[in-house]
Amino acid sequence: MSILKRGVSRRRVLRTGMAGILATGVSPMIISKGAWAQDFCNNPDVTGKVVFGLNLPLSGTYAEEGADQQKAYQLAIEHINGEGDGGLLNVFQPSALTGNGILGKKVEFVTSDSQTLSDVARAGATRMIERDGAIMISGGSSSGEAIAVQSLCQELGVIFMAGLTHSNDTTGKDKRRYGFRHFFNAYQSGIGIAPVLAQAYGTDRRAYHLTADYTWGWTQEESIRDATEALGWETAETVLTPLGAGDFSQFLTPVLNSGADVLILNHYGNDMVNSLTQAVQFGMRDRQANGKNFEIVVPLFSELMAKGAGDSIQGIFGTSNWHWNLQDEGSQAFTRSFGAAYGSPPSQAAHTAYVQALLYADAVERAGTFYPPAVIEALEDFEFDGMGNGPTLYRGSDHQCMKSVLVVRGNDNPSSEFDVLEVVQEISREDSSYDPAIFGGELGSAEPVPQCA
Amino acid sequence: MFEVIFLQFLNGLDKGSAYALIALGLTLVFGTLGVVNFAHGALFMLGAFCAVLFRRILTLETVTIDPEKLSPWGQPLEIREPLVQAWFGEFGAVLVNYSVPISLLLAIPIMLVIGISMERGLIKHFYKRPHAEQILVTFGLAIVLQELIKAGFGPNPIPQPMPENLRGAADIGSWLGMQANVITYPWWRLVYFLFSAAVIGAVFCFLQFTTFGMVVRAGMADRETVGVLGIDIDRRFTIMFGIAAVVAGMAGVMYTPLLPPNYHIGMDFLVLSFVVVVVGGMGSLPGAVAAGFMLGILQSFASMTQVKAIFPGIDQIIIYLVAVVILLVRPRGLLGRRGVMEA
Repeated sequence: MSILKRGVSRRRVLRTGMAGILATGVSPMIISKGAWAQDFCNNPDVTGKVVFGLNLPLSGTYAEEGADQQKAYQLAIEHINGEGDGGLLNVFQPSALTGNGILGKKVEFVTSDSQTLSDVARAGATRMIERDGAIMISGGSSSGEAIAVQSLCQELGVIFMAGLTHSNDTTGKDKRRYGFRHFFNAYQSGIGIAPVLAQAYGTDRRAYHLTADYTWGWTQEESIRDATEALGWETAETVLTPLGAGDFSQFLTPVLNSGADVLILNHYGNDMVNSLTQAVQFGMRDRQANGKNFEIVVPLFSELMAKGAGDSIQGIFGTSNWHWNLQDEGSQAFTRSFGAAYGSPPSQAAHTAYVQALLYADAVERAGTFYPPAVIEALEDFEFDGMGNGPTLYRGSDHQCMKSVLVVRGNDNPSSEFDVLEVVQEISREDSSYDPAIFGGELGSAEPVPQCA
Repeated sequence: MFEVIFLQFLNGLDKGSAYALIALGLTLVFGTLGVVNFAHGALFMLGAFCAVLFRRILTLETVTIDPEKLSPWGQPLEIREPLVQAWFGEFGAVLVNYSVPISLLLAIPIMLVIGISMERGLIKHFYKRPHAEQILVTFGLAIVLQELIKAGFGPNPIPQPMPENLRGAADIGSWLGMQANVITYPWWRLVYFLFSAAVIGAVFCFLQFTTFGMVVRAGMADRETVGVLGIDIDRRFTIMFGIAAVVAGMAGVMYTPLLPPNYHIGMDFLVLSFVVVVVGGMGSLPGAVAAGFMLGILQSFASMTQVKAIFPGIDQIIIYLVAVVILLVRPRGLLGRRGVMEA
């Protein structure tokens, strides 16, 4: 039986069908781009609140960094909301921040303990987005966490402002349109530290690498190995160690008779504190090998780790993203704010966390909306200054900040408990820049905005 | 090559010392009370935190403000002075320097009280319950103790420095007539091995050569007959639980300079020590010690580059692999009593 036999004309069916198609499918794309733009994950105009989701390793191998990051985020949110002394809001240029929240709304935050574990970090971020209504996720002290959370944020359409992550992969093969990194990377560590090592230890060396067995360790080992081999150093051995191994004695003893005269520790956080302290207990810094003094290098370390390692860190070379003792206006302003609030100078982890929170807030103000593609556009290729690393570019092609990086050394004669590092050299933005194509990867699309619930 | 093997052997002894000490207490409790005590790792952790607590007391400071000096963030500088050194001068400095070994004096009574309280307050109610329930309740207790320590001391590891004259490495090669610096090994790890050997020896002597020990051994062999003789074996077993807690606690205290303790340190050792007890034979004291050292040495050799080149990742599974093989071939463990764990 046909519908047409009951008095409905073919013309009417076609007309009604076309109207239906237009009404349900095509019209949203034609009628109002703005209406679609407001329909995104945890839109503050709908939820009525601006929530930052802070994914922090408050326990586990990188717990100290996590605790310092939490302090920095709280300080940043206070400053964004117009409380406290304003911190870097006073020196950050160009800035659209007014000290009245973001687009007139006060910022709140929720936290989740990632336990320095990628799967826990991902679950925490999901919870903060879906349950707590986070408009932006930030934090993390491990590249494993950062890459896992960044990928999730891309799927859910929520911007991820990475905390401390140093793997080349974060803005290399695993980069995402929704992920942004202010911290430097392993490749830049290699660029920075190699000339200093050549000057201090010569070009005829045999290096033994102990490396944390996850994405950060792998890329750091590769970058430092490439950089030192380019100097003429030989790589005697590379050995992977489990994250959070605790006792490294079984990995350290083979170093003693390996023919190596340099030990490179690609470890971070408590792992680095343990492996360095134990290497010193094994007498490595008092040894001679190949007619030279045996040396230890830690390509990435922070003041928190230096403090944990005590005397063992003295004279050890490494690289850092930032140091509180830098004399520029931004660094001094942040150190004053943080020190007054918490009674200790900020770590590099705290600095990058604080800066990322401000950069997101500023990008939303400049975009005039929380709509993620507009915020992404505001962050890409954004040039700024006054945040403590000199003139900085948020490179659009890989979402990696291009800025100066530091070569540091454990202080031989610390004047106070905080004076554990000295800056040996500041590598300029030009010298630490590289072609983003060398690491491959695809950023992916910013549109259409995916839905989170 | 000899140097590499010798060093890995020393590493094995060092690891084995910790495994053996914890496993000794674990198997002592199983042998006397028949309880599988999964809170034993937490006792190791509590011992470690006795050392932390003692050092905190020794390093209490007075804080005065120096208005003429400024901190890096522009506030008046705080001058901190350790109280112990202010009160006792040179002797105070010695106390701080040797805080880890001295804290054994604090840890022994504390751990004895904790052990006895744990047995009387909780574990005695589970003697006649299935092993699965004993494991559940003691595991739960371990988590509660962990969380208490986490709440009191925070989640991060707390470094405990070793005495200054025991930092650095001993030149063992030169003792053996070899060239200088060919075989060097950290002094504190040697101290830990000797300490473990002394504690293990003391426990064995106590059980072997004292009347108390003889009664305990008799109770382990036939509890009912000893009870019929009018001996209060329960009281002695409670004391043995306290001694097992003291052994675990002392192991924890002396381990702190090797690995900064955090709330989770006991759990990291517990699983390995439980495997050690099973391999050695549930309830067998010599078995626990022998298996502790054997597995420590095997783990150490398995992490050699040459071995891993042939069997990648073997260092992570060797202990469990050995446990599987031994349980298949000899279910009661290396030196376990016939009939125990064989059913």
